[in-house]
Amino acid sequence: MGSDLRRMAEAVQPGMCIALPVDYAGVSMAMTRPLIEHGADRLHLVCVPTGGLQVDMLIGAGLVARVETSAVSLGEAGGAPRFNDAVKSARIEICDATCPAIHAGLLASQKGVPFVPIRGLIGTDVLANRGDWRVIDNPFEAAGDPIVLVPAIHPDVAIFHAPMADRDGNVWIGRRRELAAMAYASRTTLVTVERIVERSLLADETTAAGTLPGIYVSDVAVAERGAWPYGLWGEYETDTAELKRYAAAARSAEGFADYMSGDLREAAR
Amino acid sequence: MSGPATSREILITAIARLLDGVRHVAVGAASPIPAAGAMLLRALKQEAKAERVRLSILGSVEHNFFTNGSAELFDCAGQGRIDAFFLGGGQIDGRGNVNLVGVGDYPATKVRWPGSFGSAYLYFAVPRVILFREEHTPRVFVEKVDFISAPGVSEPGVWREGGPAALVTSKGLFSFDRSRPGFRLESIHPAHDLREIKAATGFAFEHDERPPFTPAPNEETLALLRGRVLDELHETYPGFAAELRREIDGCASAA
Repeated sequence: MGSDLRRMAEAVQPGMCIALPVDYAGVSMAMTRPLIEHGADRLHLVCVPTGGLQVDMLIGAGLVARVETSAVSLGEAGGAPRFNDAVKSARIEICDATCPAIHAGLLASQKGVPFVPIRGLIGTDVLANRGDWRVIDNPFEAAGDPIVLVPAIHPDVAIFHAPMADRDGNVWIGRRRELAAMAYASRTTLVTVERIVERSLLADETTAAGTLPGIYVSDVAVAERGAWPYGLWGEYETDTAELKRYAAAARSAEGFADYMSGDLREAAR
Repeated sequence: MSGPATSREILITAIARLLDGVRHVAVGAASPIPAAGAMLLRALKQEAKAERVRLSILGSVEHNFFTNGSAELFDCAGQGRIDAFFLGGGQIDGRGNVNLVGVGDYPATKVRWPGSFGSAYLYFAVPRVILFREEHTPRVFVEKVDFISAPGVSEPGVWREGGPAALVTSKGLFSFDRSRPGFRLESIHPAHDLREIKAATGFAFEHDERPPFTPAPNEETLALLRGRVLDELHETYPGFAAELRREIDGCASAA
């Protein structure tokens, strides 16, 4: 198991753009330590559409140059301490977005088109700080009707966790369609799963509709409880006590280093 | 029987009243009081055999029918299928602008909050946005926000189907007038007063000389709230539901 995860982490090279899912969708927390040990840095993270513990840990480990996100937090456990500190001290570049703009950027990529228009945003400081977004007048109206264009987001690698995959690399994502959106848009998709099943997920209509076909999946590895301390839908609950323990420890860089060197490694075993 | 309504039960009841008439209300993550208000409205409508109210509570399994990932909420709002939504705010100003990003000069703000989430879109798309922030202090309700995550009003010609309708805090309830634009204090929650609210609010607002108190729930509403709504709330917010029960018990023994 550990060697599979290390092998997958080697797909990530310095400076790459990495797409990571929202905390309830299936975060591959099991890949966090292999990514840190592999050490590819200057990463550009795209949070789909928000980030949490994994993003905070990668920032704390010094691997991140830029974060595009609608938010980063630890949910019930409060603010994301390493993210907040890195933003305040300008150690990372922050590209603030809004959730549907991230979905729009991935959708453009999924469709193979350069941009997707999106409502809202006009008059916000989110838009004012995004030099990469454009405002045009709706070309189908006689005059006026300004609308924002969000360019396609092309991640190099998407990484997530799901309940199961089959031997052909088909992955069951259920109703978490943002995981499919990430995979469609990304050149490489790395997936950890709770288990590999021997039957084909596409052979049964009940699972086929919620299955991401192996054509979009580059590599799969088993990692039991691989979202921990996050929960995994239909499988296990979030370990809020552990998130709070991290939140308290990672208030300082030293506390973060202690947390990362010790208990996480133990708990992962 | 049970004791008088607690201050949080008065907030929940006020929110249910503000939602009257909606068909579909969405509640964001980590918003137990808005969720309880929406659940109370649904229960009241069902009791009255009125039109069904649909609820989408993010983070809930039982009270969330989306099957198309986290994009579906925004798509649904864009299609005009969501009538009401809630927004909080690290800072909220007198023009209804909301700041969820931070305090100080952007991007290296001296205080950083999580980020704008879907506000920069939903504030435009959802007809009735209720601003909810329990903490009512001058650091929250400011003259002018440091960063506009979502603007209270837009220039003419900008697509805008919705925006702020009301603001609910631990001290009072305000309406929002988009034409001025600005807030008007509609009622004061029991045990608070106008002078206190003025001192705690960093922007000017309209008000009557003697604004009324926010009404407490009647017995039927209170019974629904303490029965069915608390049970439903427990699935998504077990910690908050337990806290609310303790407050109710404490209030009953004090009375």
